Amino acid sequence: MSIDTETARRVAKLARIEVAEADLPQLAGELSNILTFMEQLNEVDVEGVEPMTSVTPMRLKRRRDEVTDGGYPDKVLSNAPDAREGFYAVPKVVE
Amino acid sequence: MLDLAYTDPAPKRISGATGDWELVIGLEVHAQVASKAKLFSGASTRFGAEPNSNVAFVDAAMPGMLPVINEFCIEQAVRTGLGLKAAINLRSAFDRKNYFYPDLPQGYQISQLYHPLVGEGEVLVDMEPGVARRVRIERIHVEQDAGKSIHDMDPNMSFVDLNRTGVALMEIVSRPDIRGPEEAAAYVVKLRQIMRYLGTCDGNMQNGNLRADVNVSVCRPGDYERYQATGDHSVLGTRCEIKNMNSMRFIQQAIEYEARRQIAILEDDGSVDQETRLFDPDRGETRTMRSKEEAHDYRYFPCPDLLPLEIEQDWVDAIRDNLPELPDAKKARFVLEFGLSEYDASVLTADVESAAFFEQVAEGRDGKMAANWVINELFGRLKKDDLDITASPVSPAQIGGIVDLIGKGDISGKIAKGLFEIVYTEGGEPAQIVEARGMRQVTDTGAIEAAVDAVIAANPAQVEKAQANPKLAGWFVGQVMKATGGKANPKAVNEIVSARLGL
Repeated sequence: MSIDTETARRVAKLARIEVAEADLPQLAGELSNILTFMEQLNEVDVEGVEPMTSVTPMRLKRRRDEVTDGGYPDKVLSNAPDAREGFYAVPKVVE
Repeated sequence: MLDLAYTDPAPKRISGATGDWELVIGLEVHAQVASKAKLFSGASTRFGAEPNSNVAFVDAAMPGMLPVINEFCIEQAVRTGLGLKAAINLRSAFDRKNYFYPDLPQGYQISQLYHPLVGEGEVLVDMEPGVARRVRIERIHVEQDAGKSIHDMDPNMSFVDLNRTGVALMEIVSRPDIRGPEEAAAYVVKLRQIMRYLGTCDGNMQNGNLRADVNVSVCRPGDYERYQATGDHSVLGTRCEIKNMNSMRFIQQAIEYEARRQIAILEDDGSVDQETRLFDPDRGETRTMRSKEEAHDYRYFPCPDLLPLEIEQDWVDAIRDNLPELPDAKKARFVLEFGLSEYDASVLTADVESAAFFEQVAEGRDGKMAANWVINELFGRLKKDDLDITASPVSPAQIGGIVDLIGKGDISGKIAKGLFEIVYTEGGEPAQIVEARGMRQVTDTGAIEAAVDAVIAANPAQVEKAQANPKLAGWFVGQVMKATGGKANPKAVNEIVSARLGL
């Protein structure tokens, strides 16, 4: 499967990554190469083989329904470029 | 389990310029799990906390933080599934739904696209006695809620509060089986009722704990039946999704508006675009959601931070064994056990507290009479004061006491209403109040006879009229009741008046 520059542009936009127009063809080529490799992997017959989700047999770890965290809004906001009155402040996004 | 028989309601029809149209509606209901902590972090879910105080580093998506699932939330989703007679998938998995929005710090929502926890189920949506729509549930999956953006605190900035970020939601997806605005609202009411019985979601729509995305399309009469016969969605119209509805009234308004909008387009030889729309309650209309115009590509993929969720059949069975009696079963039992009308049974089973209250009143008493008193007197009075059954100043024992006094003939129905008001406002034990205030009904025939004779003696003209026209005898009954302060037994008064007047 090959990725054209239009698709590359769209993927970049969806991922919110700024890509200069001049760089799009090269990026499209790299993405195509990755997908070609995936297609090659797809040739392996994995009929009846469970997808591996972990290298060791483990059960998903659970927590109990107890409040054990939070209560530190100052820390949460400390990296925010802008915070006011306990909120993150971001450029207006209105529907 | 007891079951009542139902027939399907008629689908809503809208007549257009080119003929009749029908509606096809499917809902995605987002129900917040009634848990103390969030789905993947130990932060609190408490509503109304200071902004960003119920936020753990996991919720704020700080680098290196990993989600750990709250087992209670899974249990509640399973309970909800079982309450909707749904299949439970012993193996499910979490996926990332990728999009950017300021109230979603991770840049993705952890959800379950490919392997939901709960599979197909169904819910019976009551419309009126004997009429109900069976709505199929396609799936229920567990996912994270997003945060909250506030747009009116500053002219140029939006303010973001992550307190709700990461709270567990159950997304309940229906099949397109709902055929009108009223049915859609009734469906949400029924889901809320079932979840409240189960205790899995408090259903508070004002706080956003229950919200619905509504999919609406229109078709011609007969098309839906073709869809049912073939399962082919293409015979139905193109649908639009109205996002984030949090009131029953708005759901109905939005569907009504949206159906008429689509009909207008189709009758003008246009075509409906599949899109996401927002309902504007002030203008009573839906409009395109700008941010979603660019076709959303969520690029779902399995969440690499979470292993598949494997649960055991024994655990599911234990949850099933501990389910409470659910609304349909309770209603059917009230009809069969207490001889109530389906309508009264519906009113009494609307919530668990009312049903429990009624059962305490009805215990060892006449069910219909108990229902009458609880519904007409108590609920009516509570409504007047805008009180919930849990805040009732009158206990089941007190209402039961009043019912007993009527049953024994100690007080008439009319006196009982006055007694109820005293018990409601002042409290006290009904039988003691009746004794202390001399409210006991006069059943002593001698006393009533004397009262009747006095009225007859004082009104010879009325006696003549009544003898000519027996319907006027009621006037004498009224006078005697008045003379005895309402305490005379009305049945006895009737009989004696008739006898004395020779009717």
